[in-house]
Amino acid sequence: MSAQAQASDGERDGAAAGVPDSGPGGGGRARTRPRSPGTVRSSGAVPVQGSGPSRGTEPALASAPGAVVYPTGTASAPSPSAGKQAAVPDGPEDRLRRFATIWSRAIFPATATSLTRPEFEQLLLPLARLLGEALHRRPFDANPAHEVGAALVEAHCTDPDALVRTLGVVESYLVLYCAAADGPPAAAEENRARCARLQHGIAAGFARALRERTLREQEAIARSALCARTEARQALHATEERFRAVFEGAAVGIGIAALDGTILEVNETLTRMFGGLDTQIRGRKVSDWDHPEDTAQIWRMYEELVRGERDHYRCEKAFYRGDGTVLWTNLTVSLLRDAEGRPQYQLALMEDTTERRLLNLRLRYEATHDALTGLPNRTLFFERLEKVLSAGGDARFGLCYLDLDGFKAVNDSLGHSAGDRLLVEVADRLQSCATAPGEMVARLGGDEFVALTTGPDTRREVDDLAARILNALATPIHLEGREITVRGSIGIVEGPAAERGPADVLRSADITMYRAKAAGGNRFEFADAEADERAITRHGLTHALPAALERGEFFIEYQPLVHLGDGSVHGAEALVRWSHPQHGVLGPDRFIPLAEHTGLIVPLGRWVLQESVRQARFWQEKHADGGPLRINVNLSPTQLHHPGLVADTVEVLERAGLSPGALCLEVTESALIGADEGLLKPLRQLAEMGIDIALDDFGTGYSNLANLRRLPVSVLKLDRSFTQSMQRLPADPVDIKIVEGIVSLAHSLELAVTVEGVETGAQAEQLRELGCDTAQGWYYARPGAPDMIHSLVLMDAV
Amino acid sequence: MERPAWAPPGIDISMPSVSRIYDYYLGGSHNFEVDREAARRAMEFMPGLPKIMQANRAVMRRAVRHALSEGVTQFLDIGSGIPTFGNVHEVAQAADPAARVVYVDHDPVAVAHSRAVLEGNELATVVAADFRKPGEILEAAELRQLLDLERPVALLLVALLHFIEDADDPYAAVATLRDALAPGSMLILTHASYEGVPLTEELTGGVVDIYQKIKNPLIMRSRSEVARFFEGFRMVEPGLVPMAEWRPETPVAQEDPYAFSGFAGVGRKA
Repeated sequence: MSAQAQASDGERDGAAAGVPDSGPGGGGRARTRPRSPGTVRSSGAVPVQGSGPSRGTEPALASAPGAVVYPTGTASAPSPSAGKQAAVPDGPEDRLRRFATIWSRAIFPATATSLTRPEFEQLLLPLARLLGEALHRRPFDANPAHEVGAALVEAHCTDPDALVRTLGVVESYLVLYCAAADGPPAAAEENRARCARLQHGIAAGFARALRERTLREQEAIARSALCARTEARQALHATEERFRAVFEGAAVGIGIAALDGTILEVNETLTRMFGGLDTQIRGRKVSDWDHPEDTAQIWRMYEELVRGERDHYRCEKAFYRGDGTVLWTNLTVSLLRDAEGRPQYQLALMEDTTERRLLNLRLRYEATHDALTGLPNRTLFFERLEKVLSAGGDARFGLCYLDLDGFKAVNDSLGHSAGDRLLVEVADRLQSCATAPGEMVARLGGDEFVALTTGPDTRREVDDLAARILNALATPIHLEGREITVRGSIGIVEGPAAERGPADVLRSADITMYRAKAAGGNRFEFADAEADERAITRHGLTHALPAALERGEFFIEYQPLVHLGDGSVHGAEALVRWSHPQHGVLGPDRFIPLAEHTGLIVPLGRWVLQESVRQARFWQEKHADGGPLRINVNLSPTQLHHPGLVADTVEVLERAGLSPGALCLEVTESALIGADEGLLKPLRQLAEMGIDIALDDFGTGYSNLANLRRLPVSVLKLDRSFTQSMQRLPADPVDIKIVEGIVSLAHSLELAVTVEGVETGAQAEQLRELGCDTAQGWYYARPGAPDMIHSLVLMDAV
Repeated sequence: MERPAWAPPGIDISMPSVSRIYDYYLGGSHNFEVDREAARRAMEFMPGLPKIMQANRAVMRRAVRHALSEGVTQFLDIGSGIPTFGNVHEVAQAADPAARVVYVDHDPVAVAHSRAVLEGNELATVVAADFRKPGEILEAAELRQLLDLERPVALLLVALLHFIEDADDPYAAVATLRDALAPGSMLILTHASYEGVPLTEELTGGVVDIYQKIKNPLIMRSRSEVARFFEGFRMVEPGLVPMAEWRPETPVAQEDPYAFSGFAGVGRKA
C-alpha cells in the first residue's frame, strides 16, 4: 500500500468518525460517539460531513479514477503518513495522530488557511499532544488549553465555527483517543471533568487571542489608512505648493473670479501688468474692466461663459491701468467647474501685448506713411480709396491728383536736398488744405500728391479743394535764400463710389492731370471719359515698355541729312518709333523719357544702334559708288553714363563691319552740362576711334561756348528755334546774326554745323549762304522707312 | 529624473475597498464596516465566497512553490492587496529565503499596510502603481532595485484581471509586462468567471452587481477570454483549469464545490 493510499485511509477514518455538523449552532448536537477507535474503523458509521457536498465524502484519490495528485512542492513539508508509519499501531502516539486527523478533518472546512489539509493536520498535531498531556498532568493545569485556543487563532482559524468544531471534537474524542484505555471508572469521571475544563480553557484562549488579533488588525489597518491619508495629504500639499509657485511665478497674468465677476485672486504678474497694488484689483468686478475698444463679441462670450454655456474664450482685450494708461492683452478665460460639473469659477490668463501692439502700430505707421513728408503713402491711400469706393450705396468721392510743374528743374539746379525741403513744405501746405472730416492727403511718390474727399457734396467740395491747393501753392517758398514759385497741375476725378476700382480712378486722374499740364499747368481739369480713352498714361506706357522691346514693337525711321553745298544725301538720323498695339505709332518724346527713367533705355538704345549700324552697312554695300553714307544715332544721358557704352559700340560696329567714321553719335547739350572728365572720357575714346560726336539741340541749354573746346565733339546741331524765322522771307536779322556767329565760331573750332527743321527752300538757301554744312527737315524728307533713303540716294546718283 | 507626483485622489475609507473585502472573506480584521457590509451583501448571493478566496490563496501557494521548484526565485505580484496571511513572500521565502518579492497595488491603504508588514524584509517590497500603467510598474525604482529583469520572474496576476475592464485593455497591459520579462518567466493567473460556480448565473450576477455598486466592477470572463491572457506563454500542465484542479496536492474530490469557480493557470515564456 502506498503512502498516499494510507493517508487516504486515515482521512476516510476521519470522515467516517462523524464530524460535527457545521450548521449554525449545531456543533455539539448532532454527533455520534464511537466507543473506541476500533469500533469507528469497523462500524462505517454514516458520515455527517455537515454541509459538505457528496464530493467531499467520497472515498478519496485511490478510488477516484483518472485523478492526479501532485506531490507537495517542498521537501521540507513532512508527509503525515510518513510519520504515521513510525508509530506503533494503536499505541498512544498512533492514537494521538488519529485524534489530530479527526480534528483537522472537522475544522479544515471552517478555516481560511491556504495550507493543504494534511499540512494543516501537522499543525494540529502538537496542539493535540498538548491537550493529551493536559488530560493526564498532575496537578491539573488548564493553561495548555489556553495555548491551544490561541494557536488556532494563530493558524487563521478565526471563524467561530472552527472553535465550535474544535470543542466538539475535544468533547467527543479527546478522552477516547488520549486517556488510558484501561483506567478505573473514577479515572474516567475525572477525565470527563478535565476534558470539560480543557474545553473551557480552549474557548477562553481562543476568545482572548481572537480579541487581541482583531484589535491588532483593526489598529494596523487604521494606522495604514491614516498613513495613506497623511501621505496623500503631503502629496496634496506638495502639489498645492507647486501650483502656488506656478501661479505666482508664471510669466502670464493669472486671475480667478467668481461667477458674479468678483475678482478673488490674482498673481504677481497680473498685478504688475496693471501697474499697481493688488488691492486695487482684488475685490473689483470683472465688468469694471470694460474698455471702449471692447467688441460686443467679448462681453457676449463672457456672459455665455459665466452662464456655463461656454468653457472658454480667447480675445484681444484692452484694460485701463490704475494710472489711466492702456494695457493690451491676449486674454484667455476658462470656466472652472466642480466635481459635479457645476460652474464654479472663471480663470483668466492674460499676456501683456501692449509693447508688441505699439511696435505693430509703429510698423504699420511706417509702412503706411511717407518718411520724408509724414503724409500717408501710396499703400494707405489705396487702402482708403478702396474702402471709399467699396462703400456702395449712393456714396460719392472726389480725388485730386497733383503733380508739381517744373519740379525736376528745381531738383536739377538746387540739388536733391533742396528738392526734398520743397516737397516737405508742399506737403505741409497740402495738409492744411484738407482738414475736413473725410478729407485726406497722401504722397504717391516723387512730386505726385493726391487729395481725397468723401463729403456729401463732392462735386463742389473737390472743386474747392483743388482751388485751395493751387492757392496754397501760389505763395513762393523760401529755399536756399531764394523765392521759389511752385505751381502744380491737378487732375480731378469725381463721381459715384460704387462704379469704379481704385486703379481705374487713379489712371483717369493721372491722364487728366497730364491734360492740365499740357494745357499749360497751374490749373485743374475734371476727368472726362472720352479724353481718358484717348489718353495714354505714362503709367501704362512705362509698364508696356519691356514687353514691347521683347515683342519687337519698336522700329526705326530714317531722316536724310543733306549736304547743303550740293544737295546730296550725306547720311541719315535714326529715329526710333513705337508701334503701340492700342495707341498706334508713338514718337520718341513719348517713351524715351520713360525708358530713361526705368533704365530700359540701355537695351533699347543698344537695339537702335545695332539696327541703325546694320542698316548703314547695308546701304554701303548696296551703293558702294554713292560715297560713304553716314548714320546718326541719338545717345540719351543714361546711355552716356553706362559703363558698357564704348565696348558695346565697338562690338556693334565690328559685328556689322561698319567703319567708325560712318557713325555719328548725337548727345544733347543739356546732357553734357557740368560734365566732368569721367563722363567725357568714353566720348573722347569714341571720338578717337573716328566716331563723330554731335552736340544736339545746340542753343537750347546754357550754350556755354567756352566749354565747346574741351568737348570731344565734331558737329554742332543747331536747334530748330534759330531757323524757324527763316522759313519765310525776310528772315529775322537777329537770328541771322546769331546763326552766322555760331557757324563762324564752330568752323573756327573745326566743327561742322548741321541745322534741323528745314521746311522751306528759302530757309535752305539762307542757311547755305550762312555757311551751314548739312541740313535735315521736311523740306527734304520726313523720317521714313530705310528704302526711302535708298531711293533718295538713287535720285542723287542720277 | 523623478517626476513631480500629482496629489493622489483623496483617501476615502467610507468607500468599500476590494482589498479589505477580500481580507474579510479570509477571516481578517483589516477592514472597516463599509467593507464588511459590502462583503455580507455579496455573501447573501454567494455564501461560498470565502471558499473561493481560500481556493484562490491555495492555488497561488501551489503555483509559487511550483515556480520555485522550476528555479524561478523572483516574484512580481500585481494587485497584492492586504497581505492577510500566506502571502507570496511568506510562501516563497519559507521555501527559499533568497526569494525576492515585489508587491504592487494602487490602493494607498493596501500599500501602506504592505509597507508596514514588510518592514525589515530586505527581499520584499511594495510599489504604489496601477496595473493599467504597466510602464510605471516596470520603471519603479523599488522594482529595479530588487528584481533582475534579465532573469526569469514569476508574474502574479491573482484575482486581479477580473477587476480590469476591457476599456482599460488588460490584454495590452499583460503583453507589455510579458515583453519586459526574460525568457523562462512565468505568468500565474486566476480569474473569476461564471463558469464553474455552483450557483445560477442570476445569483452570481447579484455579486457582480454589488461590485458594480462599490465602483469596482467585477468582469466575468469566459475560459477562452481568460486563455487569451496567456498569449506568448506556453501553458504549464494542466493548463487553464478550475482553481481546485490546478496541480492539487490533495484529492480534488474533497475540495469545496466553490473551489472550482473561475480559472487558474500558469504559463511560461519561451
